[in-house]
Amino acid sequence: MNKKVMAILVPVISVLIALAISTIVIILIGKNPIDAYSALIRGSFGSKQAIADTVIKTTPLILTGLAVGFGFRAGVFNIGAEGQMVMGALIAATFASNFGSLPPLIAIPLTMLIAMLVGAGYAAIAGFLKAKTGAHEVVTTIMLNSIAGNFASYMVNGPLKVSSGTPKSPEIADSAQLPVLMKVGAIEMSAGIIIAIIAAIIMYILLNKSTAGYEIKAVGFNPYAAEYGGISVSKNVVLAMAISGALAGLAGATELMGVHHRFLGELSGGKGFDGISIALIGQNNPIGIIFAAFLIGSLRTGSNEMQFIGVPKHMVMIIQGIVIFLVAADRIVRTILIRKRVAK
Amino acid sequence: MYAVEMVNIVKRFPGVLANDHVTLRVKKGSIHAIVGENGAGKSTLMNQLYGLYHPDEGEIFIDGKKVVIKGPRDAIKEGIGMVHQHFMLVDTLTVAENVVLGSEPKKGLNFDLKRARKEVMELSEKYGLTVDVDAKVEDISVGMQQRVEIIKTLYRGANIIILDEPTAVLTPQEVEELFAIMRKLKSDGKTILFISHKLHEVMEISDRVTVMRLGKVTGELETSQTNPKEIARYMVGRDVVLTVTKEFHEPKDTVFEVKNLVVKDNRGLVAVNDVSFEVKRGEIVGIAGVAGNGQTELVEAITGLRKIESGHMYFEGKDVTGFTPRQLREQGMAHIPEDRLKHGLIKEFEAYYNVILGGHYKTLFTNGPFLNHNKIFEYTKQLMEEFDVRPRRIEHLGGNFSGGNQQKLVVGREINTNPKFLVVAQPTRGLDVGAIEFIHKQILKMRERDVGILLISMELEEIFSLSDRILVMYEGEIMGEVRPEETTVEEVGMMMTGHRLEEARRG
Ligand SMILES: Nc1ncnc2c1ncn2[C@@H]1O[C@H](COP(=O)(O)OP(=O)(O)OP(=O)(O)O)[C@@H](O)[C@H]1O
Ligand SMILES: [Mg+2]
Repeated sequence: MNKKVMAILVPVISVLIALAISTIVIILIGKNPIDAYSALIRGSFGSKQAIADTVIKTTPLILTGLAVGFGFRAGVFNIGAEGQMVMGALIAATFASNFGSLPPLIAIPLTMLIAMLVGAGYAAIAGFLKAKTGAHEVVTTIMLNSIAGNFASYMVNGPLKVSSGTPKSPEIADSAQLPVLMKVGAIEMSAGIIIAIIAAIIMYILLNKSTAGYEIKAVGFNPYAAEYGGISVSKNVVLAMAISGALAGLAGATELMGVHHRFLGELSGGKGFDGISIALIGQNNPIGIIFAAFLIGSLRTGSNEMQFIGVPKHMVMIIQGIVIFLVAADRIVRTILIRKRVAK
Repeated sequence: MYAVEMVNIVKRFPGVLANDHVTLRVKKGSIHAIVGENGAGKSTLMNQLYGLYHPDEGEIFIDGKKVVIKGPRDAIKEGIGMVHQHFMLVDTLTVAENVVLGSEPKKGLNFDLKRARKEVMELSEKYGLTVDVDAKVEDISVGMQQRVEIIKTLYRGANIIILDEPTAVLTPQEVEELFAIMRKLKSDGKTILFISHKLHEVMEISDRVTVMRLGKVTGELETSQTNPKEIARYMVGRDVVLTVTKEFHEPKDTVFEVKNLVVKDNRGLVAVNDVSFEVKRGEIVGIAGVAGNGQTELVEAITGLRKIESGHMYFEGKDVTGFTPRQLREQGMAHIPEDRLKHGLIKEFEAYYNVILGGHYKTLFTNGPFLNHNKIFEYTKQLMEEFDVRPRRIEHLGGNFSGGNQQKLVVGREINTNPKFLVVAQPTRGLDVGAIEFIHKQILKMRERDVGILLISMELEEIFSLSDRILVMYEGEIMGEVRPEETTVEEVGMMMTGHRLEEARRG
């Protein structure tokens, strides 16, 4: 079967299987699955507020998904999106609280740029260690994650601390905040989603149209052949990690500039790790990643509504878990597809 | 009684009809050869017998019983074993561990290494499959790795053994050893399917031959009643001449030179020891030697893929020691690597991305920072036409071409860079006679265009028919230099086993 068709079919079928399994679970706990799913859909798309909420949840997931997905395409497993996101947002917040005198046209791109550069630099450490010493990026990025987490909590409890209560940094200047696209009640949906989609498009072009993308993919597929073809493996490993980290840093920036407007502990809240699942579901394809992030974003938003009618919101964790399991173990899905064909 | 019957097998791939109603019948206890040009569909047919692909149409019978083989596991259950051209061993495990991997003997819950070793040794002795059970796979020769693969199939109870181009990577000596093993297996009642491009091997070892061409069976012959010429005619549909003639060509000035080169292998041992030579424009210098005597490391060092410990290299008189592969390519070096799947190709890339590897950043293929896909597609079409790469699909993935066509893609790419100096390692490994002739002609054409050529090959015939000068390598050192018209195969053979030229001459 065609590879491209497979790439779409595997996640779609995985989602369907996951829904089927969770339907059974819902029945087993004595609830009506139709009610549960309609609550879920109502919760994520049923009102303007619900839609805004879904989009807000989806935005950072697209970006961390792109970060991890880009790494995969270059043959590096960046588990450190979380730490890169934290560092990017933290440093950008520190600068952006002083951007009051800059016009938005400068303050916004500048804040984003700082977050991306910090994310890139932080990820490049792992890339550099891999290229120079062979230290595996999974190990080093995990270590960098805990350094970032501890550093951030020191900063918001110490040097950057404002008032008491939740440890947090001062608010960033108004001019560094992203414009609001839609305001429903207390919910403000910022232009972050546009940034995320543009990032996906740029990643698509970079990977599929540019010479740099050609080199990065070559290194990811076969480093020996890449080296033979005059492509520097170490340079591209560092570059790929840096680009991946820049995307994670950008995820931190959209959260900072569009949602929280300051750095605080829950800003990253595991979204960097979610990026791994989303990259997997989206098959490392930028467009696939947008859909995957949207799927997870809407499941999470809708889960509260489901909770109201008595179906535990953890149901969506089950769905998410099964989808990831099936996509990761895509041999299983492929085998099911192939067996069917053989039987025919 | 047939051990294997494959009836009317049809297998399609996007844009290719790889097997077109193929019927193959193999007598129990015989050695059955399958021959055919590159891309004829031999591996595809065997992969279906082993359950790696599933036929679109057709039926398979084992010992007269109809079977559906869904995967290698089913194949093993039916007593079928396969040794692929590219071995599938775990480098860091020992021979014994590799053999039992997947069906390990247990003592309680624990892996029973003692029993594993004993069983492997028994098999090894029974069939003369000499292996060192405790050696790590990464440290043993290619020939021994192949014997490990064969033991592995036997350990799993194979009665039908598929050998896909087993001799392509072996030295002549190792081929003889393999044949002795095959004869033992046969006398023990095993059935062997043997794929090879070398017709003299087929004549020597097989009982029957099935000839394939463009996905179809064109002939089935009793080996004792045929000859290489007839087989070749079935293969290509016309008579083939198997010789290329080399015209006299006066070499010009030196284009490439190495002086006192020392290179280490992966284990840190000296693999190339104080080697010096030069290659002139319009000259082919052949390096002969038994595999594993430093040729691989020499080529990697020259092409910038391996660190040079000491010594120097000069390109057109300029010191290029320590240059990167890209810098060397920019000087005008091209390289046809010995392992096309490791270095030569990216299996996941389409043909059009594979043929630009190495030159992908040049303006010929780019548009500012972007690739110019239109130009790339056009270039690929022309290259595939010129070098007769089949199927002629520019979007075919590198890994999905047959072995021979992968090689043509690599050869075409490197020749098309218009090099001044070309390093060619095992250029015709796994190629059919027609393709060998084609590639030899291409190499000679390069020589006429005054390209300096360094040819590394385990095929003495190839070295003798192409080279202007022959250097013989043994344990990392050059044993001597001879001209093909002034030496004999025996003399070179002596040098290959460690005698210096003077000793060899003395006899
Ligand atoms: N997985 C695949 N996808 C698409 N095409 C394939 C695939 N495998 C093989 N083919 C095509 O099927 C044809 C037959 O290939 P096969 O590998 O069986 O040839 P072969 O006879 O073994 O050749 P060689 O002597 O070069 O190894 C070729 O045209 C090849 O490109
Ligand atoms: Mg083959």
